[in-house]
Amino acid sequence: MKAEWRLLALLAASAGALLWAIPFAWMAVAALRPGVPADIASLTPAGPFGPRNFQEAWTSGSFPLWYLNTFTMCGGILAVQLVTVTAAGYAFARLTFPGRDVLFALFLLQLLLVPPLLIVPNLATLVSLHLYDTLLGIMAPYFASAFGTFLMSQTFRTIPRDYEEAAMLEGATVPALIRHVLLPLAKPGLAAFAIVSVTAHWNEFLWPLMAVSSPSSQVLTVGLASFASGAEAGSAWGIVAAGTFLVAGPLLLIFLVFQRRFVASFVFSGIK
Amino acid sequence: MKRSAAEPVVLFVDPGFAFRRRVRRRSRRLPVVALLAPALLFLAAFTYWPLLRVFADSMMVGRFTDQHALGLDNYRRLFTDAHFARAAWNNAVYAAGTIVPSLMLALLFALALRDTTRLTTVLRTLVAMPLMIPLVAAAALFSFILLPGEGLLDFYLAKLGVPMINWLGDSDLALGSVVAITVWKNTGYYMLFFLAGLAAVPQELIDAATMDGAGAWRRFRNVTLPMLGPTLAFVVPIAILNALTQVDHVVTMTQGGPADATSLLLYYIYQQAAQNYDVGIASSATVISVAALLALSLISFRLIERGIHYES
Repeated sequence: MKAEWRLLALLAASAGALLWAIPFAWMAVAALRPGVPADIASLTPAGPFGPRNFQEAWTSGSFPLWYLNTFTMCGGILAVQLVTVTAAGYAFARLTFPGRDVLFALFLLQLLLVPPLLIVPNLATLVSLHLYDTLLGIMAPYFASAFGTFLMSQTFRTIPRDYEEAAMLEGATVPALIRHVLLPLAKPGLAAFAIVSVTAHWNEFLWPLMAVSSPSSQVLTVGLASFASGAEAGSAWGIVAAGTFLVAGPLLLIFLVFQRRFVASFVFSGIK
Repeated sequence: MKRSAAEPVVLFVDPGFAFRRRVRRRSRRLPVVALLAPALLFLAAFTYWPLLRVFADSMMVGRFTDQHALGLDNYRRLFTDAHFARAAWNNAVYAAGTIVPSLMLALLFALALRDTTRLTTVLRTLVAMPLMIPLVAAAALFSFILLPGEGLLDFYLAKLGVPMINWLGDSDLALGSVVAITVWKNTGYYMLFFLAGLAAVPQELIDAATMDGAGAWRRFRNVTLPMLGPTLAFVVPIAILNALTQVDHVVTMTQGGPADATSLLLYYIYQQAAQNYDVGIASSATVISVAALLALSLISFRLIERGIHYES
């Protein structure tokens, strides 16, 4: 009886999971079918197959530029975040000072007040800082991360104080202490934060759309939106599928390869 | 006399003790400011300041005239705007329509796939994959899937004899279609948290319930579900946040249409700011959205937290 129920549940979940995968299956199949086949919706077409959609997508969009901008944006955000997040995380984990709890609550407010929600005032701020229409403008609101601060302070708390005290005995300063003693021990937390941060910003759309107007500063998601609407207008669905793959593919492939690491990071970042 | 004389002796015997005290005192003053300053600078510029600014802008009337003053005119215009009322209503439907099904599906997937085998690992991956792609990429795929006639859904429905359906163009169906895309996108993310939550339920508790003669449903209702309380306390506020801030697919697929059928609060704000350049009304709509978000996530968090306390 019990085993039968488990089997039934597993069968239902298998059917559900296959249903979940259909959009990806279509993307892969349609991207490899050149031209405008009548049965472009088919998941099991007879062919012919070829990479021509990728070539056309690549040349009709500005993919090299969009990749470069997206890499710069994700890398820039992460680099600054690592500094702000470890410094503040250390302060909350190890130091006692007046107003600490209030300050921590103020930090956590950022978990809810995400930049897309505050587009109107944040755009005005970018304009007055002369950062409108720059990659730096897209990045700036993310340089501080409440979530990362929280994550790092939790990670630092799991490290025994003895290490620090030994280093202090040898005359280490606080920055040296963080860099040479704590950070190497906090690698799992850092990796989790890096994965979540890069995934979030690689996939973000509305804020980069609003913060930038010239094509030279567009990122992948914003590029895809304009690229796809053009291709859709011409019913070039194979090219839409190929373009979508070019945007979503890199992270998706890394996810498939390092799956356990990713899942652990998402969960770690959520529960902690 | 004897007592006070003892202290230096202790210090002398245990130099580490004195050292620790000195370290704590020294590291207390200077570094706190230096360590928190970088993060606080950016939080101030892009979280606290915009909050004050949007509130001030929402109260500013006659922005482009000489007599700008404080007033509630923006709010009056906002609350009498039928487009705003529609967006707020749609957003409530969208929130309920995405949060409840995606959390229930996520929990069902997690329950069915909780044992780790080669098969469940593959199935989990399939369900989790949408969380890795941008919402605009999902929108591009679903633009085709939901295309009337030639699209994937209609192509296969036609084989079952179902006539062509205008999923995104029919104002009765469009919001439901957008909800479906969001459920597809977010279920896997929530499933990961439920899987982690389930893994933390002690097997002894379930065994004990089984020995007491509890059936599968009662074990779930009385043991597993209460133990998932902390997971829910985390996931529900995230789901609320997502329902208010994820509008990328509305921007690229439907532009709020047809006839405002898929307009959501943040889309309305985007439209007022980017298309109508009406900062006053966009600011007042932002204030309302932020207030709703803070209130809803706080209430849901408190309710669930109380539930945990009550049940365990």
